[in-house]
Amino acid sequence: MTQLLWNGLFVGSFYALVALGYTMVYGIIRLLNFAHGDLYMLGAFVGFGVLSVAGGLATGLGFVALLIVLIIAMLVTGTAGLLLERIAYRPLRGAPRLSVLITAVGASFAIEYGMRLVAGPNPEVYPVRLAGDSVNVLGARITIQQASLILIAVLLMAGLQWLVMGTGTGRAMRAISQDPTAALYMGINVDAVIARTFFIGSALAGAAGVMAGGYYGKIDFLMGFIIGLKAFTAAVIGGIGNIKGAMLGGLALGLLESIGTAWIGGQWRDVFAFSFLIIFLTLRPTGILGERVTERV
Amino acid sequence: MSTGGTAPLLRVQDLHLDFGGVKAVDGLSFQVNEGDLLSLVGPNGAGKTSAFNCITGFYKPTGGSITLHGADITGLRPSAIAARGTSRTFQNLRLFGELTVLDNVRAGTHLRLRQNALDALLHTPRFRRSEREATDEANRWLDFVGLRGDRGGLARNLPYGEQRRVEIARALARRPTVLLLDEPAAGLNYGEKTELLDLLHRISGLGTAIVLIEHDMDLVMQVSRRIVVLNFGREIADGTPEEVRRNPDVIEAYLGKDDEEEATSEEMMSRE
Repeated sequence: MTQLLWNGLFVGSFYALVALGYTMVYGIIRLLNFAHGDLYMLGAFVGFGVLSVAGGLATGLGFVALLIVLIIAMLVTGTAGLLLERIAYRPLRGAPRLSVLITAVGASFAIEYGMRLVAGPNPEVYPVRLAGDSVNVLGARITIQQASLILIAVLLMAGLQWLVMGTGTGRAMRAISQDPTAALYMGINVDAVIARTFFIGSALAGAAGVMAGGYYGKIDFLMGFIIGLKAFTAAVIGGIGNIKGAMLGGLALGLLESIGTAWIGGQWRDVFAFSFLIIFLTLRPTGILGERVTERV
Repeated sequence: MSTGGTAPLLRVQDLHLDFGGVKAVDGLSFQVNEGDLLSLVGPNGAGKTSAFNCITGFYKPTGGSITLHGADITGLRPSAIAARGTSRTFQNLRLFGELTVLDNVRAGTHLRLRQNALDALLHTPRFRRSEREATDEANRWLDFVGLRGDRGGLARNLPYGEQRRVEIARALARRPTVLLLDEPAAGLNYGEKTELLDLLHRISGLGTAIVLIEHDMDLVMQVSRRIVVLNFGREIADGTPEEVRRNPDVIEAYLGKDDEEEATSEEMMSRE
């Protein structure tokens, strides 16, 4: 049982990291960035590339190497997020929402099949696996690396929470999500703040990509699709636009999947998790922390 | 491009704004200097708010020019104009409702914040100092406008009159040289209006020029140094409160031609 919870929390922390980017971007410009899951995939591939090039070092240094790879992958995916916003979304600011949504779907395909051109259609095997020694905690087998990755995920989320609630940039983000026009009159550089939001959200997705690569051991160019859907779901369960909600939603989804797998078998995992979510959303359409869905013109 | 101390703070010259065939603003001119208080009045739809939107860069004027500190700002982007020292409030309150009262006003200090991502990440002394300064300044402006409510609570939970104060504090936190107020007295009760009058005088005392759009003629007559009257986008009068009060065109605009001659425009406007 403890093992189930542990696995659930572990996978849930990936979902939470990806869901954060979804929810931040939605919060600030009301856009469902369907290309977000593909930035997670990009992160996994960047990590893979770096590890392949510096493979010898990685096995030698172990965890420290993975940390460095994580930072590189975050910077690269963050930059990719910036470019995505600049090229695909900013020119459409003020366009009907449906147009932007379709652009997001297009961007998603562009990143997926762009990666297919670069890395080929076959799955790659991650050079570093998070197997390692395990310790026994309350009946659950936990590897040191797993524990460290969760710790990193928690630190990233805590850092984000602090950034949003405690800094000028965060204040500007929250102001823009409330009223972009008024924010503009307050002298807030709306474009710059939106770009920063994309960078941060994408970097978090990239971090999750590397972590997932190390955990599952296999990556391919379509891996972002499913996690994108799941992270989107997690964001909705938490109450979309709400940062703490995304974290909770991600963890909840991870736990549900883990319990579903053990209970009725792996092939029913998604059926179980999503059925539960549908029932949950029927009872509480605004999600765990969403107070109300405000539709603004 | 600054031409030194002789140029007026804000000068609007022959401003035009057309929407298709509709002339929303049709040749508006005025200027304000340091500590001035000028009111734009006129019936609904006369083009007052449109003029504000041109000055703050939200609409691009179709003709005329706007200069601030002697520099041409016509058609610049809102953020660029804001950075040069204008600030405004809105006819329908536009506070950031889900932010705290204090955060609303701190957002007004955003342009002066000296912190970058690295400072924030490392929590440097510079970051802490800049946050503390923003907080202190926000508190000072909230004191200045006389806010009574809870500063740590969400802005949307304040009573309406208090929200108006917060919006003015937020605009002042930008330390504007020109403050544009769009119907600040709307929805206020008598006592709150008296306090607003006092507040306007104190803002002028800081040397800030105020351009006021207001329907409450009592307030306008008491507080304005000059009044510009608009009707259908056209300027029909420009003068001191006393001059405008007696101007026959103003009486006509508010009343129609054939009404009682002896009625003063002020009474008519108050009736609105």
